[in-house]
Amino acid sequence: MNPMFRGVLVVGFSAVAAATAWAQKPSNTVQEIERYRELLQDGNPAELWEARGEALWKEQRGPKHASLERCDIGLGPGVVKGAYTVLPRYFADTDKVQDLESRLVTCMGALQGISESDAKKVHFGNGPKKSVMEAVVAWITSESRGMKMNVSLDNPKEKEAYEIGKKMFFYRAGPHDFSCATCHSHDGLRIRLQDLPNLTNPRDAQRAYTTWPGYRVSQGEVRTMQHRIFDCYRQQRFPEPGYASDAVSALTMYLARNANGGTYNAPALKR
Amino acid sequence: MEKTYQRMVLAAGLAVAVGMVGCAAMQETDKSGEEALTLMKKDFKSRGQATVDRLNQDDVQALCTKYSGDAALPPEEARRVEAAQMAHVKYPADGKLLGDWKAGEKVAQAGNGMQWSDNPSKPGGGNCYACHELTKAELSFGTIGPSLYHFGRNRGFTAESQKYAYGKVYNSEAFAACSSMPRFGAHGILTEQQIKDVVALLMDPHSPVNQ
Ligand code: HEC
Ligand code: HEC
Repeated sequence: MNPMFRGVLVVGFSAVAAATAWAQKPSNTVQEIERYRELLQDGNPAELWEARGEALWKEQRGPKHASLERCDIGLGPGVVKGAYTVLPRYFADTDKVQDLESRLVTCMGALQGISESDAKKVHFGNGPKKSVMEAVVAWITSESRGMKMNVSLDNPKEKEAYEIGKKMFFYRAGPHDFSCATCHSHDGLRIRLQDLPNLTNPRDAQRAYTTWPGYRVSQGEVRTMQHRIFDCYRQQRFPEPGYASDAVSALTMYLARNANGGTYNAPALKR
Repeated sequence: MEKTYQRMVLAAGLAVAVGMVGCAAMQETDKSGEEALTLMKKDFKSRGQATVDRLNQDDVQALCTKYSGDAALPPEEARRVEAAQMAHVKYPADGKLLGDWKAGEKVAQAGNGMQWSDNPSKPGGGNCYACHELTKAELSFGTIGPSLYHFGRNRGFTAESQKYAYGKVYNSEAFAACSSMPRFGAHGILTEQQIKDVVALLMDPHSPVNQ
């Protein structure tokens, strides 16, 4: 799509989005999203994040004035195509299982000299306060479109991360006695009008996992799986999970592995 | 509110320490389970009212975590939890269980409370519509729990049904161990008055639930 046209569409899109009070009217939201999907067809505002992310990947940044182009995100240094389909995975240099964001923090440190706290500082963008992470993740994930999820548990640390992630998924606590499983381990349920995927069942797990990151119509931002997990923990009345932490990598390992075989198709458009 | 909840967890923790550990299930150590908790304690941070001590489980939460996924809760464990939780149900001192159904409808609609994004000094909601159908006017309802439309009519407008409804909202685990429904009274999510109001929503013959 021509970038001018795309820009106009995005502006129009957010204006209408703001006017229709998404949060209060989930019933309309579902229909409205369908309408916008048709309207936008193959033009998703996430494309703007993807373009910015590709530029950021190649840009010389940080104290070392280096780009991220030699970063190994799972298929060897510099390989982006298909890399998201094998994440999270074990990395020998850090001796850890890492998801994409965690890995990018590692590369920003090693290649660009950017400290961990600086790399994580603006982890979720908010209007003019833009997140480097969300953009780079949008671009990298877009390079796996159409490919099958293929997460390995061959390494013992990968197996361990999966088992820990599974325990986290079923861990009930807090004032509401909730776990992820409260909302995501039964077929065909919904909260208000929002369908709840059963993330223990391969069909729903594939559909959910392969459509993140997403451009969130309700927020006007591209959000990654990292943010989805953060926001579900908020609703779960838990404390805040650390951004790009080992705990989030483990939980993501459980979700990603359950989605194996699904065809990756994101950044998508989300409520 | 948060204080009530912390006290509850503390009390439950004490009870476990003092005498309830007879249950073998709880003593069994489970490697990945312990690793998961250690990792969460390392990586989760307190934010607002959602403090990290919320990661500590009471005995019900620990048991329900153990019997989740493919592991079914043994009936004798379920009865034990229900009996123990029943002892925590506190009925109103004035003996009145029914409040104002109009206020109850507001409590049923409100989804805020106890999240790090909520202001702890504002009253929280019950968010009943997230999981239940209640009235015909509200079409935006969830399906995690059963429909409560005509609850009073179906159960009969009796003192017993009122008592059941109050107890269920106060402490759901006393009636169905490992239910997905929160323990609104026992965990200080709702006040006594708010519970009376939602009970009126369920039980008042004039409430839209019973039209
Ligand atoms: C109190 C309910 C609740 C809890 C607990 C909960 N979630 Fe969610 N989850 C939701 C809702 C509501 C949505 C949004 C559905 C929508 O907008 O269509 C959602 C969406 C998701 C999605 C995206 C699904 C999709 O198809 O886009 C994922 C993945 C997810 N949750 C994972 C988790 C994980 C992991 C946990 C535990 C850390 C968790 N959830 C806990 C309610 C919950
Ligand atoms: C997160 C989900 C959830 C929320 C929120 C919730 N419930 Fe429930 N509720 C359930 C489930 C699941 C059941 C069925 C299993 C059981 O009995 O515990 C249930 C059962 C009930 C029952 C028993 C129904 C019967 O016929 O015996 C009543 C009464 C009830 N809920 C009232 C409420 C009220 C009032 C609120 C709000 C203050 C509420 N619930 C909030 C999930 C929920």
